[in-house]
Amino acid sequence: MPEQATPVAVRLRAISKRFGAVQANREVSFDIAAGSVHGLVGENGAGKSTLMAILYGYYHADAGSIEIDGQPAHIANSQQAIALGIGMVHQHFMLVDTLTCLENIMLGAEGGFFLAPSKAKVRARLDTLMAETGLQVHLDALVSDLPVGELQRLEILKALYRGAKILILDEPTAVLTPQETDQLFVTLRRLKERGTTLILITHKLKEVMSLCGAVTVMRQGQVVETRHIGAWSEEALAESMVGRKVTLGRPESESGLEVHAGEVRLQAASLSLKHANGVPALKDVSLTLRAGEIVGVAGVSGNGQSELLEVLSGLRAPEGGRLELGGQSFAPGAWLDTARARPLRLAHVPEDRHAVGLVMSFPAWESAVLGYQNLPKYRKGASMNHAAMREATRQMQARFDVRPRDENLGSSKFSGGNQQKLILAREIGEQPTVLLVGQPTRGVDIGAIEFIHHQLRALRDAGCAVLLVSSELDEILALADRVIVMNAGRITGELAIEDCDERRLGLLMAAQEERAAA
Amino acid sequence: MSQPLTLPRWIDIGLLPLWNLAIALVVAGLVVMVIGHSPWQALTVLLNGALGSVRGLGYSLYYATTFIFTGLAVAVAIHAGLFNIGGEGQATLGGVGVALMALWLGARLPAVVMLPLLVIAAALFGMLWAALPAYLQAWRGSHIVITTIMFNFLGAALNAYLLVNWLRPAGSMSVESAEFADSARMPALHQMAAALGYELPSSPLNFSLVIALLACVAVGWFLWKSAAGYAVRAVGSAPRAAHYAGIHPRAQVLLAMAISGALAGMVGINEISGVQGKLTLDFVAGAGFTGIAVSLMGRNHPVGIILASLLFGVLYQGGVEVSFELQGFSREMVVTAQGLIVLFSGAMATVSAPLFARVYAAVKGGRRG
Repeated sequence: MPEQATPVAVRLRAISKRFGAVQANREVSFDIAAGSVHGLVGENGAGKSTLMAILYGYYHADAGSIEIDGQPAHIANSQQAIALGIGMVHQHFMLVDTLTCLENIMLGAEGGFFLAPSKAKVRARLDTLMAETGLQVHLDALVSDLPVGELQRLEILKALYRGAKILILDEPTAVLTPQETDQLFVTLRRLKERGTTLILITHKLKEVMSLCGAVTVMRQGQVVETRHIGAWSEEALAESMVGRKVTLGRPESESGLEVHAGEVRLQAASLSLKHANGVPALKDVSLTLRAGEIVGVAGVSGNGQSELLEVLSGLRAPEGGRLELGGQSFAPGAWLDTARARPLRLAHVPEDRHAVGLVMSFPAWESAVLGYQNLPKYRKGASMNHAAMREATRQMQARFDVRPRDENLGSSKFSGGNQQKLILAREIGEQPTVLLVGQPTRGVDIGAIEFIHHQLRALRDAGCAVLLVSSELDEILALADRVIVMNAGRITGELAIEDCDERRLGLLMAAQEERAAA
Repeated sequence: MSQPLTLPRWIDIGLLPLWNLAIALVVAGLVVMVIGHSPWQALTVLLNGALGSVRGLGYSLYYATTFIFTGLAVAVAIHAGLFNIGGEGQATLGGVGVALMALWLGARLPAVVMLPLLVIAAALFGMLWAALPAYLQAWRGSHIVITTIMFNFLGAALNAYLLVNWLRPAGSMSVESAEFADSARMPALHQMAAALGYELPSSPLNFSLVIALLACVAVGWFLWKSAAGYAVRAVGSAPRAAHYAGIHPRAQVLLAMAISGALAGMVGINEISGVQGKLTLDFVAGAGFTGIAVSLMGRNHPVGIILASLLFGVLYQGGVEVSFELQGFSREMVVTAQGLIVLFSGAMATVSAPLFARVYAAVKGGRRG
């Protein structure tokens, strides 16, 4: 590996950018070595995305300069960025669902009135590129038919096709399963060997440690420091990002492990559910939640965990099975209804906080009572009691450290972590006896993760039964007292936390493949 | 991804709409010039006709009354995530309801009893004509845009059928119902003024305007203060979140459309009870569709709808005057001007927003620096 002498691909000097009252970037300077993987980490709102948007020509810096490959660059728009060899893979894919992969890559670079000849040309070039990089994509498949992992490869391929030598990846693994993540990393390493410079924005410090050559940490719009990876550890990164010591694992006090579990709070028996296309989503799923325990549901995304949450929360009725909750019994014909669940003291933090957990067009004080809008304290006859709603929101924001502390701000204007904290504050606020939680920290920054974990533990200790669905094994290992593993819609195993390790869980998660191989 | 737009409120709901209106008028003026008239003269005649006399003002406000009803109808549905383009049919049915009630009981009851009954009849009939498509959308999955459009035709056909076969007085050749008794006629402003000893020139403006303004207050309360409105808006902007919150989307669709239809039905009070005094064919004359533009322009808010209705009322009344006074200036020219206003203020309402954002940022930045 070449040392000091490596040429610099991107040199940022004193970049500053202000949005209204917010100083998004302040005098940001660092170098990115050519052919390296450079990590850019920081909490939500630390200014990473703004900085990359400046590099990609979406925003114009108020001050500062950029050099690309040693040449001063003035990047006025993304066309110029592309011309300079900069490519960007967004967290939310920029693809047209109804076109094929090939057509998506050609989009904007068709070159001529008739499609057929240029299609053939592009296809030939892509075949070479795919062979070189190992980025395999079904060129003739419709984008809407492909899994996220392949869409991501398509995005990368699209950027490379346009000549990207410097590739910005914004949270590339946020939506990937662990297997897809591994595959992506293989690809990224190969790209690096080909000489592509990669800039990786991520919350996941493990990924940074395994992939990056150097890491820049940003906090509040400023660079805290840039260091070679050898000089970093996960703990040091977390501390540098948040500005204080962060503990994410299992607290020491819990290592002795006493069983807190008490009376049965929720019991589900033989739940079964089919997708619209007839494929089973849940097969004979039975589980019991007891007071004072956190039950983790592990599994590769898409193996029935989401459906389990939907069925248990009353969003969806199963085809078979029974549910006991709050002294009542529910069967498929008369299943639990979302309007009845909360009075039975069942609270639910949904997986999709944007489409389900909040009404994005509502201000925070309206979203903060969602689901509890009929409680007498929020009502004044046929009217809503706006004063009480605002006051309750202020209290939630104070108790759960939701920033900014502004109950009038639109729900969509908060960062992911703060949206999640508001939802948690709302759901925990009415003292539920059962809490269903889906992906509580997806896309949430590290300081907020620590806070949310702390809250879930406190709730458990107060005697609530918690069901935690998470695609992050680390999260389950840090929180759960008991772990259920799901695969292809059924429960493939249950382990007490002291029997859990990543290898055993991984085997249970992959049970389907084992059976198929046997 | 683009620069986030942060416009202060006074620009967003004050300056920007005025700017859009100005552009529309400038373009309309150019069109007027092209066909060989003086835009200035046209504008003068228009404003003078609409606002220059008490009588003209009365006409403008009378038109505005109808637009407030249809605009509110569209707005309530939009807040539930529904595009109700059946205002035309719902208004027609409102008129039918008024006529049936007036012809049935009008001769036997005094006005104090009759007029509230008429309002109820108009609301119920309009409600019925909106509730059917709402039911079909919520429980049967047929799209509300398609069904409400169909119900416009059905409403017009039903009105014609009733008039031709049942309501036309024996021996009359015109397709109209018999005249209502006086107790079934919404008092006109000039009549009310005369009762108080003031003399006003006669115009079609009647008590319905007061009802329209009360409807604006009621709609504002319903949408933003009431618990039912909270549920309707939740369903309208995030149906899955609403379901999660224990709100049943189907019931909200039905409720919002029922209210929307009732509001559109109130056109029957203004036009049939207030002005015509009998049921006629095609009395809605496109006001149901104008309601869409009014609601769009008024940002689906009662205050905005009142302002947009006034604007359209002025354009209607002024337009009639212009086509009357200027030789060769047809009614279609006025429709063109209205179309341009809808285009610039409704369909392209935010096109200029980035420009304002940049100018505002520059001015503000300059002041700070």
